[in-house]
Amino acid sequence: MYIKLTNGIVYDPVHGINGEHRDIYINDGQITRKPSSNTKICKTYDMKGKIIMAGAIDIHTHIGGGKVNIARMMLPEDHVNDLVERTELTRSGCGNAAPSTLTAGYRYAEMGYTACFEPAMLPSNARQTHMEMGDTPMVDKGAYAMLGSDDFFLRMLASKKDQAAISDYVGWTINATQALGIKVVNPGGISAFKFNQRKLELDELNQYYGVSPRDIIKSLARAVTELGIPHPLHVHGCNLGVPGNLNTTLETIDAVEGMRMHLTHIQFHSYGTEGDKKFSSGAAEIAEAVNKNPNISIDVGQVLFGQTVTASGDSMLQYAGHWHAHPKKWVIMDIECDAGCGVVPFKYRDKNFVNALQWAIGLELFLLVDDPWRIFLTTDHPNGAPFTSYPHLIRLLMDRSFRNDMLSTINKEAAASSTLASLDREYSLYDIAIMTRAAPARSLGLKNRGHLGPGAVADITVYSNHKDKEKMFSKPDYVFKDGVLIVRNGKIVKVVNGGTHTLRPEYDNGIEKSLKRYFDKYQTISLSNFKIDNDEIVEHGNSKIIVQPCM
Amino acid sequence: MHKKSNISSAISKDVTCPFCGILCDDLVIQNQAETLKILKNGCPKAAAAFESKQLVTSAKIKGKNVPLSEAIDAICNILKKSQNPLFAGLGTDVDGMRQVMHLADKTGATVDHMHGEALIRNSLVLQDLGWITTTMTEIRNRADLIIFAGTDANNYPRFFERTIWNKESMFKLKSEQRQIVYIGNQLDGKAGINPNGKRPLFLNCKTEQISEVISSLHALITGAALDIEKVAGIKVKTLQSLAEKMKTAKYGVIVWSAAELNIPHAELTIQNFCELVKYLTRFTRFAGFSLGGDDGATSANSVCAWQSGYPLRVNFNKGYPEYDAQRNSTHKLLKDKEVDSLLWISSFSSKVNSPCASIPTIVLGTPETKLKFKPDIFIPVSTPGVDHSGQLIRADSVVSLPLKKLRTSSYANVSSILKQVIERI
Repeated sequence: MYIKLTNGIVYDPVHGINGEHRDIYINDGQITRKPSSNTKICKTYDMKGKIIMAGAIDIHTHIGGGKVNIARMMLPEDHVNDLVERTELTRSGCGNAAPSTLTAGYRYAEMGYTACFEPAMLPSNARQTHMEMGDTPMVDKGAYAMLGSDDFFLRMLASKKDQAAISDYVGWTINATQALGIKVVNPGGISAFKFNQRKLELDELNQYYGVSPRDIIKSLARAVTELGIPHPLHVHGCNLGVPGNLNTTLETIDAVEGMRMHLTHIQFHSYGTEGDKKFSSGAAEIAEAVNKNPNISIDVGQVLFGQTVTASGDSMLQYAGHWHAHPKKWVIMDIECDAGCGVVPFKYRDKNFVNALQWAIGLELFLLVDDPWRIFLTTDHPNGAPFTSYPHLIRLLMDRSFRNDMLSTINKEAAASSTLASLDREYSLYDIAIMTRAAPARSLGLKNRGHLGPGAVADITVYSNHKDKEKMFSKPDYVFKDGVLIVRNGKIVKVVNGGTHTLRPEYDNGIEKSLKRYFDKYQTISLSNFKIDNDEIVEHGNSKIIVQPCM
Repeated sequence: MHKKSNISSAISKDVTCPFCGILCDDLVIQNQAETLKILKNGCPKAAAAFESKQLVTSAKIKGKNVPLSEAIDAICNILKKSQNPLFAGLGTDVDGMRQVMHLADKTGATVDHMHGEALIRNSLVLQDLGWITTTMTEIRNRADLIIFAGTDANNYPRFFERTIWNKESMFKLKSEQRQIVYIGNQLDGKAGINPNGKRPLFLNCKTEQISEVISSLHALITGAALDIEKVAGIKVKTLQSLAEKMKTAKYGVIVWSAAELNIPHAELTIQNFCELVKYLTRFTRFAGFSLGGDDGATSANSVCAWQSGYPLRVNFNKGYPEYDAQRNSTHKLLKDKEVDSLLWISSFSSKVNSPCASIPTIVLGTPETKLKFKPDIFIPVSTPGVDHSGQLIRADSVVSLPLKKLRTSSYANVSSILKQVIERI
């Protein structure tokens, strides 16, 4: 059952195709070579003048799990202006900062996204994260398990267990929680907060365990490397949001000693202390360090103006930030000797100096980091802005005059202290195809995603080439998921479920002996019930498991 | 979850008990000729539920036995004619609740849980000022001062065993170092006596006065002087000494059970707990913990939130979800005759039964269900975690547990029945 997309202009950076006329053939959910001339083509789509890219991939978006659900429950006022009616095809729900799972899935697909990755899955909350991802239709999903403030790991590190045992534990966690990667959030800081520490520098010790964030990052990065996990350790560093944290970020880059590392929502970690307000952009220094260190990749966590909610595993710094909550309500949780979370609603205002400068810092980073293969487009949904603002963000990157128009509307002092006006760079469609498709797929180890070559899964997005890039990326003409047409003219035409990406790294399962002792003594759930069975995702979750190979 | 295997005369370990909100998952249960026996762990509640024999009954329309398929067609007929259906009870697992939400969306129904009143008491606090909370494993390993406010946790028979009197904890905290306090009316503090026989501290007051006591503690902790001798019959000196303990605690916890705070505007009392916890967190660590979530209430609330955006008490009548914690209550909707059909779901041997309403009523209940009226349709359903596998979310809304199938049941589960309704309607 062959499908042909003809006459389109293809952007496929994995194969170096930069806006060339190519025909694309789909068979059985996959992209194939041109079939022999006597093969029947069942359906041909004329894509004359249209732009064809692989389906977009969001490498860091909080779409599921406990803290997202707290945000939903906490913010009825967020939903009331964006209620979504049911249709013959789709379920009702609501959108904006903390959308319902169903609406999130539909809207991602309607924007041309075909895969989304939840970056902060607490192992103790993993089952629910998978339940929510299972109820997020249209797109493929996956999650990074959060480690680094969990007591089992900290006990190992404090007692100087050898790295092999730590790697076994990390491998076991990936397997037990059906994760695709490992994330660390405020390394050791979430634990330190439970001991009443209120800040933790890179070389400051967790007062109970006597280990530092540097020790934790190094150990986890090494485990990720040794296990052959394709995605590098996903790091939400120390001191998020703290003025002067650019130095922490630079030191963190040094701390991994050349090992691969992904620094997430780096905008929130790129602040200096210059100027009257003791708050300034560190984008130039950070971008320089990223440019110099090919082992480092980043996503930006761009701030865009308006009401949103910040939902993070970083209970320590969310507590510190709760004074800025808007509206004035917030949640902090300590969780299971495993992790924590904090949910603080927030309104970014364009006339506020700090918020305006945060906006500018994010854009400076985008424009100063040279290699689009190592920088991914995110708003850290919903922390910097809801994911539905991606088309607007793409326009800011591709259209310098639009960017400068926006710059002229923000807080004057912030605009004056930013170098943004002097940055001429405009992203090309090819760059966008790299940073929203090819690069995230490569970083996550998804070999048959993010490109349009033979053997790729036929996740394809087709746009009209409007001059207004916001308009172009808001409403693709066609989206195909696994070769099935799911969106036409920016609206769902068929509902599909998507699958769940996981890994099966090799490790010595002997680690379960000490885990069993630990669970029996200290936990309130048994080891066997902690682990998530395939059936829970497939039979109970209405999803399918896609096992990605390790390196 | 386990594939179907020969389960007669089998022993299952690490069984999750779905019969209260704390979901103990260490039960060992034997199935001998389809009769279950708890061999290890468990509690009287669990024993009563797991070990009861399955009654033989049938789907019924107006009291008359009918095949399941006929009963499902009859449900479709009622819901098709209904302008404002109410789906209540909602005693089911995550899968069951997913189908409840789908069907509610499709039929424009209102959804509320049998413990909806307790759920909204917490939701209102979350939506007004928020809170700082903790989970069971944190309490088990860290809590050195635990204040039970308006509850003795006796509805959760193993709460103390599993989270407070554990022999070992991770941070060198010995169980006898834990200070237990009860604030409320005639609370039974037996479970709070520590392994060395030390009795807990009791502050006796009426449930309505708990808030006053908490506010006084809050004032004392901020350093204010109270120019009276007693608050709610409790000496200020006693409060002062407790206030000192709270200030010096390393990790204090206030435990409440929203269902047991049966007073008007209980949310204000809960908010007082939460604001005191927030204040204490400015200089030490403190957290709240809400006991509850029986009959799948936490799962129902959570699934409702992720699928609609709102926690429970949601109405889909306009084609999109509308949240109204007060108006969409089962009691109120029935009393004000705002609904014209009732679907009641209860698959966990609940003590709460379907209300008798003067509108077409469908009951999906355990085979043992005894009603004082004949519903239009009754379908006996299997129980998650006994008769079929599934998943439930624990009281803390963080941990969820897999449920096992322990015996064969001839009854269909809620999820499969509702799926058929969704397909046929």
